[in-house]
Amino acid sequence: MKHLISIRDMTKKEILNFLNAAEKIEKSEMRPKFPDSIMSILFFEPSTRTRFSFETAMKKLSGKTITMSGSAGTSMEKGESFADTIKTISRYSNIMVIRSAIEGSVRYAAEIAGIPVINAGDGANQHPSQALLDLYSIKKTQAGIENKTIAIVGDLKYGRAVHSLVDAMSHFAPEFYFISPRHLRLPKKFRDELDRKKIKYNECAEIEEVIPALDIMYVTRIQRERFVDIEEYEKVKNSYVLKPEMLKNVKNNFKILHPLPRVNEIDCGVDVTPYAYYFDQAENGVYIRQAIISILLEGAQ
Amino acid sequence: MKQLKVDAIKDGTVIDHIPAGKAMKVLNILKLKDSDVVMVGVNLASRKFAKKDLIKIENRELSGDEVDRIALIAPDANISIIRNFEVVKKSEVNIPEKLSAIIVCQNHKCITNTEPVTTCFYVEARNPIMVRCHYCEKSFGADEIKIAGIPVLAVN
Repeated sequence: MKHLISIRDMTKKEILNFLNAAEKIEKSEMRPKFPDSIMSILFFEPSTRTRFSFETAMKKLSGKTITMSGSAGTSMEKGESFADTIKTISRYSNIMVIRSAIEGSVRYAAEIAGIPVINAGDGANQHPSQALLDLYSIKKTQAGIENKTIAIVGDLKYGRAVHSLVDAMSHFAPEFYFISPRHLRLPKKFRDELDRKKIKYNECAEIEEVIPALDIMYVTRIQRERFVDIEEYEKVKNSYVLKPEMLKNVKNNFKILHPLPRVNEIDCGVDVTPYAYYFDQAENGVYIRQAIISILLEGAQ
Repeated sequence: MKQLKVDAIKDGTVIDHIPAGKAMKVLNILKLKDSDVVMVGVNLASRKFAKKDLIKIENRELSGDEVDRIALIAPDANISIIRNFEVVKKSEVNIPEKLSAIIVCQNHKCITNTEPVTTCFYVEARNPIMVRCHYCEKSFGADEIKIAGIPVLAVN
């Protein structure tokens, strides 16, 4: 692979290749180093953990980073096109990470940059490194990744992390439970695709009824701004809050994942249970991003 | 001898089996000149469908790009090339797997609507038609497809 743009582009073998490399890096069985490489990080949209995670990953690989956050004070504010910015910055660096609100912009950047490009989120479209770290977290906690029962809770309509995760897990024969308010349900095109792939899924409104069946619960934030009717938001917001007392009949291998940031959808009391895995998951993001950078830089050499 | 409702042409192209009511939309995508002689039949009787539209254009053969565009509107159309009143070539239109610079992405947040990027769509399904943007990855059905250079919802 030359770039990491979309989970849709990836075969099962390519996904597993990233997961296996991350595992070797975490266990120090593989210590790739790129002391002469510079990573340009172009974040046109705000982010904390994804940007820090990529910076940390590159620094752990002995590489260097140059970072642009937002377009304020840059040549783009003076009217430079996105294409010219990409073509210029690509001459300063060996690999590029981009986050942008414009959907498809990172694929376009990959076509004109001449160096490996990583998509760190393009609007509501894709966030493939998040999906890979989610898969890595599932694989690590479940001793395997095939045939898992996974609930995805919260905003299933707009969440790009959810969409990328559904696409990525589809290679591994999962059974999904989709738990969301009615108007934030998983879009039809994703449900149709699951039907085509013959992947079993259930849609439900309540968290508690499905918990005992689950290997993984993936919780996402329900954002107030997604609701036209604020009364409707007030009505549903507490139905999707995970509390410690709801975790009585869980399987031993059960783990809770969350792409973070969390607001109130997981009660802090859950953090001390053996099921909370979201901060470990954030740490896994560094290993998977080390793997992504290494594989793409090696491919470019 | 069968009486033709639309006059025969000596040289040119006949586009037959256009879904009834869509002839004007097909005309929209043909880059016709003021001097082109065109005959249009609307709601004609058809053996294949209950009704059909038909277009005859004199002294003109269509480009591959035009045929691809017609396929989006009239996937069952036949195209006949006429020379000296004889059909010298007859072909069915075929929606290609990939459409470059033909469809405009209807996702306003797509890069193709903010930068001068040539659009590219993949045909995911043919009947009913469904296309997916190479860049923003959004899928669009027949009622959402906008063909470059003609008004929105022209495929309907």
